[in-house]
Order: sequence, then structure tokens, then C-alpha cells
Amino acid sequence: MYQTVSTFDVNKIRNEFPVLHQVVNGKPLTYLDNAATAQKPRDVLEVLSRYYQEDNANVHRGIHELSRRATVAYEGARERVSEWLAASDSAEIIWTRGTTEAINLVAATWGMDQLKEGDEILLTVMEHHSNIVPWQLVAMRTGAKLRYIELDDEGRLILDDLEQLLTDRTKLVAMTHVSNALGTINPVDKVIEAAHAKGALVLLDGAQAVPHMKVDVSELGADFYAFSSHKMCGPTGTGVLWGRKEILEEMSPYQGGGEMIGFVGRDESTWAELPHKFEAGTPNIAGAVGAAAAVDFMEKVGYEGIREHEAGLLRYALNRMKGLEDLEVFGPKDLNERSGVISFALGDAHPHDIATILDSEGVAIRAGHHCAQLVMKHLGVAATTRASFSMYNTTDDVDRLLDGLQVVQGIFGR
Amino acid sequence: MSDLNLNSLYQELILDHYRKPRNKGELPEKTVEIHMANPVCGDEIRLQLQIEDDKIVEARHVGQGCSISQAAVSMMTHLIKGRELTEAEGVAERFTAMMHGDEEAARDRSMGDLRALQGVSKFPVRIKCALLAFDALQEAIKKDRVES
Ligand SMILES: Cc1ncc(COP(=O)(O)O)c(C=O)c1O
Repeated sequence: MYQTVSTFDVNKIRNEFPVLHQVVNGKPLTYLDNAATAQKPRDVLEVLSRYYQEDNANVHRGIHELSRRATVAYEGARERVSEWLAASDSAEIIWTRGTTEAINLVAATWGMDQLKEGDEILLTVMEHHSNIVPWQLVAMRTGAKLRYIELDDEGRLILDDLEQLLTDRTKLVAMTHVSNALGTINPVDKVIEAAHAKGALVLLDGAQAVPHMKVDVSELGADFYAFSSHKMCGPTGTGVLWGRKEILEEMSPYQGGGEMIGFVGRDESTWAELPHKFEAGTPNIAGAVGAAAAVDFMEKVGYEGIREHEAGLLRYALNRMKGLEDLEVFGPKDLNERSGVISFALGDAHPHDIATILDSEGVAIRAGHHCAQLVMKHLGVAATTRASFSMYNTTDDVDRLLDGLQVVQGIFGR
Repeated sequence: MSDLNLNSLYQELILDHYRKPRNKGELPEKTVEIHMANPVCGDEIRLQLQIEDDKIVEARHVGQGCSISQAAVSMMTHLIKGRELTEAEGVAERFTAMMHGDEEAARDRSMGDLRALQGVSKFPVRIKCALLAFDALQEAIKKDRVES
């Protein structure tokens, strides 16, 4: 375990990220597409490279030394993530490809096992498609119904009628912890309490939470928690499903194959114990090792410092944006209810045009529906432009963004 | 200096077509309609053609998207109106060639306002925005041939 550095030094942090120090389109890179994926610090890159250079082997199979080391690294990574999330048992940590696969796993197993015609799944209008479509697929097959928590004008959940939305038929509430499209930080405690009172389980999509805030699954009290490592400085292709052990134990396996079995017969087989029951085939071993290194890195920098720094950037950016004519920022006005995501519209300039112009200025942002078409519909737009912050961004990055937006106005305002 | 030339991309003429799209709106007399969308970015075009005796009598479009996609469909409908299908196909082919860097196509006066879109070819991720209208056109012609 690292010690938390008490003083947050953004320049020191930037030096840990080699990719940031480059010129794109003739300009120094300003990377503000962190909600899509975050950049990787040296620690993570080195761990990945060292794993492949020194320890690479398949896990749980070989008797040889390298296989032992790979297994220790892979299972050690699970322990590390378990401790960081404050899970009660590392068997509750299932490695997946990412948030998407984690949610699909629950839908395909728990969903198909438990849901019957007329049962209800409660979602929110701000979900990423990966927390909508898997439930639509299950609903199609089981006859379950989807219901939605609506959004208010500031892109916050309307929870006044939560009691009516949660019925005796509600079996699951699946919602995002933090919105990728608007930055809204949801009052998940309130929903978890109300859902549990009705006997429904709660799945939280933590993809946009873990890069910015400390998550303690024991304290949160949800039943499933999903996230992707790549959004919190870890490698792509690796994510985690955390689930309560007693629920995971009752669930059918996800995919069939090696690793997930006990004994295999001609017509049937038995399953391995948790967590291996859900991890068929050779896993992304390096990914797990890299994910644990990312956890180490986040804790080394310290969540308190990260949250404070990103909140400062958000405040600075929103203040500067007030000075731009025709600029409309979506999402919560109260900065305590918002993470470092700014979705906006600028006059009649289409988000793609804005993105191209900013790119030519070296500023990387995202334009589009952000895999949240229901949010776009709610806002009454086809797409938005989104800038999202990470620990390594600076007020200089914000200034570059604003300069770029002035170029947009120069072109589209004429 | 940026390597990318924004001024060549966002010419006055393109913004003019974006703000005042020609031939926008439903075409009640349409004989063929094609809906094309770019799911990545949400650009959307419904191209409606009235084709009689292998000739495009009228062309309209409905949809929304970025300046490039909307200017392209506006310019294209203006240009193909009154043309034989084979001529329209020729325009689509030339335009596609232009997007892939064919400079001669970009000097071809018969391409009309579409020449203003040449700068898009320098922005690889935006080429599909410009081609959306032409993909719709080619589909529409194909559909017309199958149906008649
Ligand atoms: C809120 C949210 N949920 C889910 C996802 C999907 O994550 P992944 O693509 O890593 O599976 C994302 C990332 O785009 C996200 O922002």
C-alpha cells in the first residue's frame, strides 16, 4: 500500500502520464475526453510490461513456476480490488471485459433465472446504453417490463414518485452512480433504501464513479456494482462485477468453458466455486494485474485530492463558459451534485463541427450522444459536446478549450 | 500553425447550405425514399426522390446533423435534380473519388457547389459525414431499379 500524498501536485501527476506530452495537429495535446477513457500512468504501463516480460503464463493450470507467478499476480489483483472496494470477500470480485460485460453477465444469469412475465426492472433515463439494452434483451425473453425514473430540467433524477415507480413487481433497480452524459452524481443511497424496502435488488453502474470518488460497496449497500478499469487509468478490456456472495452463489454460470467447471461429464457438468464460476476461458490476466496497479495509483494520488482538484477545474470552466455567448451547459447547477463532466451546446454549431475545430487546436473532446440517447431525447438535442476532466487536467487545459470554442464562434458566428 | 486547414473545411458556401438547406422538406410525390444514419454521430438523412423514366424529377431531404452532412445533401439534391440516373451515379462516383483525394474531381465544374467540400478529404473522420448523402443516393437508385 502506498501512502497518500497530502498535497496534490498536478504537474507531478502529469509527469506520470507519457501520452499527455505530445503535439497533435501542431498543438500540444489537451485531453478532455476522460469520460470515454482515461490515460495510463507509468506505474500501470510498467506493471503490464513487466508482467509480460517476466511472468506470463496461463493461470490455475500449469504446475510450473511461471504459471504459479501468473496465478499469484491474477488472484493478488483480485484481492487488491476487493480490499479497495471494501468487499467482504474477494470471491465477490468477478473479472469481466468491462462495465458492459458486467451488466450483461447479471442480465443473462440473474435476469434470465429470476425474471418472469410481468416483473419489472426500474431503470433511469440517464443510463448508458449498456445499462438499458441488456435489460431490453432480458425483457424480450422473459416478458418482464422496463420502467424508468425520469429526469428534471437539470438532468437530475425525479425521485418524488419513487414509491409509485417501485411496485411489488419490481425485482431490480439498475442505475448509474454518476452520469457519463451530464455528470450528475445520483443520490443512490435513497434509491437503494427504497428498493430494498420493496424487496428489489439494486445494480449500480459505477463506470463514471470510480475514476473520481472513493467507493465502498459495503457502505453503499447495493447488490451489484459494475465498473471498467480503463476509465480509471487502467488498461482496456478489463472490468469488474462485484456482487453479494449469497446472490452470486445462486446465479447460473455466464459462459461455459475452461476454468468455470468442477467436473465435466457427457451430458452435464458441475461448476467451479465463486468467483471462477463466472470466469470461463483464459482471462485477461495482464488486464487484471494492470487494473490493480491502477487502483494503487488512484490511492497513491488520493481520492480526496482528485475530487477537490476536479471540482476546482469544473468551477473554473463553468465560470469561464458563462462569458461565451450562446453557450448552454446541461446538467446540475449545484456543483456538489456533479462530477467533472460538462455537456454543452454552442449556438448552431453542431457538436461534430465543434469537435473537429477543437481537434485542430489540439483539444480532444467528445461529440455525439455519448451512448445515452434517452438523455439526448430528454434534452431535445441530437448530440452534445462533452468535455470531461481527470486528475491530470489543468486550468491551462480549460483555457485551451475556451480558446478553441472562440475559434468555433469565429467560424460559426459569421 | 495547425496542420489542418479549418478555412478550407468551413467555407462560407458550406455554412450557407448548412444554415439555409436547399430542397429540405417532405416530397409528397416521392417514388423512392432512403433513410440513412450514422449511428456513431447521429447524422441522419431521409432522401426522397421522384424518379420518372430513369430521371430524377425532384429531390428532397429531411434530417439533421453536422454542417458537412447537411451541406452535402443540400448541394447534392440541388445538383441531381433533373438528371438521368446514370448522371446522378456519375456525380456520386466523382464525389466519392474527391473524398478520397482525387484533385481532378475537385476541379470538375459539373460538380457545382460540391467542390466546396473538397477540404473534407483532409479530415478522415469527417469523410463519412460528407458521403452519407451519396450513400443514400446510391441506395435510392438501386431501390428504384429493383422496384421498376
Ligand atoms: C456510465 C457508463 N456506463 C457504462 C459504460 C460502458 O463501459 P465499457 O464500454 O467500458 O464497458 C460507460 C462508458 O462508456 C459509462 O460511461
